[in-house]
Amino acid sequence: MLNLLLILVAVCSFGQPTDHEVPTATPSTELRRDQAEHTAGAIQHDDDNADVAGDDEGGAAEQLAPADDGGLGEVVEGEAVHGSRSSSGRRLAYLIASILFIAGLKWLTHPRTAVNGNLISAAGMLLAVVATLTVGGLNWVWIIIGLVIGGAYGGYKAIKVEMTAMPEMVALFNGFGGIASVLVAGAALFYEAATVQTGVATALSGFIGSITFFGSIVAYYKLQNVKWIPNGSMFSAQQVFNGVLVVVCILLGWWLTVSYGTNGMPTGSAHAAYWLIFIVAAILGILITQPIGGADMPVVIALLNSYSGLAACATGFVISNTVLIIAGSLVGASGIILTKIMCKAMNRSLPNVIFGKMGPTSETPDADEVYKTVKSASPEEVAMLFDSAQKAIIIPGYGMAVSQCQHACRDLMNLLESRGCTVDFGVHPVAGRMPGHMNVLLAEANIPYDKLREMDEVNPEMEQYDVALVIGANDVVNPVARTDPKSPIAGMPIIDVDKARTCVVVKRSLSPGFAGIPNPLFAAENTLMMFGDGKKAMLELIAALKEG
Amino acid sequence: MDLVTGLTIFALAMYVGREIITKVPPTLHTPLMSGSNAISGITLVGAVLAAGHDGLAANIVGCLAVAFATINVIGGYAVTHRMLGMFKKK
Repeated sequence: MLNLLLILVAVCSFGQPTDHEVPTATPSTELRRDQAEHTAGAIQHDDDNADVAGDDEGGAAEQLAPADDGGLGEVVEGEAVHGSRSSSGRRLAYLIASILFIAGLKWLTHPRTAVNGNLISAAGMLLAVVATLTVGGLNWVWIIIGLVIGGAYGGYKAIKVEMTAMPEMVALFNGFGGIASVLVAGAALFYEAATVQTGVATALSGFIGSITFFGSIVAYYKLQNVKWIPNGSMFSAQQVFNGVLVVVCILLGWWLTVSYGTNGMPTGSAHAAYWLIFIVAAILGILITQPIGGADMPVVIALLNSYSGLAACATGFVISNTVLIIAGSLVGASGIILTKIMCKAMNRSLPNVIFGKMGPTSETPDADEVYKTVKSASPEEVAMLFDSAQKAIIIPGYGMAVSQCQHACRDLMNLLESRGCTVDFGVHPVAGRMPGHMNVLLAEANIPYDKLREMDEVNPEMEQYDVALVIGANDVVNPVARTDPKSPIAGMPIIDVDKARTCVVVKRSLSPGFAGIPNPLFAAENTLMMFGDGKKAMLELIAALKEG
Repeated sequence: MDLVTGLTIFALAMYVGREIITKVPPTLHTPLMSGSNAISGITLVGAVLAAGHDGLAANIVGCLAVAFATINVIGGYAVTHRMLGMFKKK
């Protein structure tokens, strides 16, 4: 691990061998110094030819020589800022910021150290931004306006958001990350010298960033269960149409890459191509996200999270900035890993989640047939079960988030533990609407994190639990996944609550879950159904336990 | 910065990210996502350079970028901090 860090450090410092240190000075002296240094740089380049060809800073200055006078002054002035923004002090600050991001993530691997990890990461961000603000000749007015508006809204959201609304907030923030990258790459067209590399990177920033933003907005509204976004494809051949849009974006990207003038700067058609990519990718982002249903949202959010990082990464290539590339890659990697974990927890491939359909097949048994032997129980009957239990486990699902009964779960846990019954929580990786959704809600209700156990941990011990209480979960506890290879959820890892001595399911009705198939667990011999809203049922159960 | 150097940094950072993040326990997956929201706000660096650059067009587009990226940075770190504070051991 440490070795990896060292390699990264070595590459970062090696990555930018030219030094254009320009101290803060009046614009005119800055300009002269910069020009002088470019000349010096050009001579020096004969000695250290390692980077001559690819170094766009020195390279752009050399290209400027034959350009007409009108353009020259303007561009050289741009180069003055460009040169000073990659001073060695600043690059060192970016390097330290990158290390702080990595260290911060490392500390996020344990709940005990995670708070400090987040602070370390925030310190890295502060360092990177302050280092950037020391670039000479910046117009502060616009920067401050942006910082104040963004800071106020971001701070407000962070304080106000309900923990149950975290999936929406993360979706929204994924989108903001994407659009920020789109805008930075779009602005860079005005002053960043065009090469094939920056052209391709600019097109990628616009493409990924736009998909991320518009896809995230759709995800945001879908998570709020709005009625006006239909589930499933809106028209036939929607996926084919999406494919056509991708091809259009590639062609536009090619147009952007070849559109630069004799002075090496992007032309008007480069701007046009860029914003056309933005629009086409926007349609694509909406059309890809729109058909995806509720229970697949964890995958979509994780994927968009990854995209927001990759968009930042592409922007890093546009403006030749290592800290953007590193931080963007870290986020990209994080999102990809979470996507993989989510897909694995549903035993589905990523293309299947995005393009596939989930639903009952002709082989799916009839619900009435399956539910013939369902037994319904009153809170008092369930309380009696708990009275004699030594070990109980609670399995929360999305229904717990909807009815907001995490605090009632905590009260039940405390009551049972005070009577000598140990209580655990078994959390399925895809329970809820985003990775780790249930854990945050339970932590919010002050349930200690060592009580929250993973599926793989609890399954081998399931026979030892006297009572398994399922709250608002369905597909993730459906034994059909184990028993029926033809079922749409066949092979999906589930929490084996059917193997506990008794199972109690709190649910409003027998309506099917996301997969649209009946759940034989509800009709099993050792299962009792407790019909009703999660919170209400829990409060009744607690009252019954106290009375009995 | 030449392309190969950029790609080298990219590949190594992806690898480092993968190595670390596979070790984040599922309990912390939501804070991981909001925390990485904040990290993806690193575009703020590019946004500041754009907003502060000469030229009104770059100013306006850059200013919008600064606002969006700052939402991610401030909102992302603050909400992650708030959330992580809830994870307590018995």
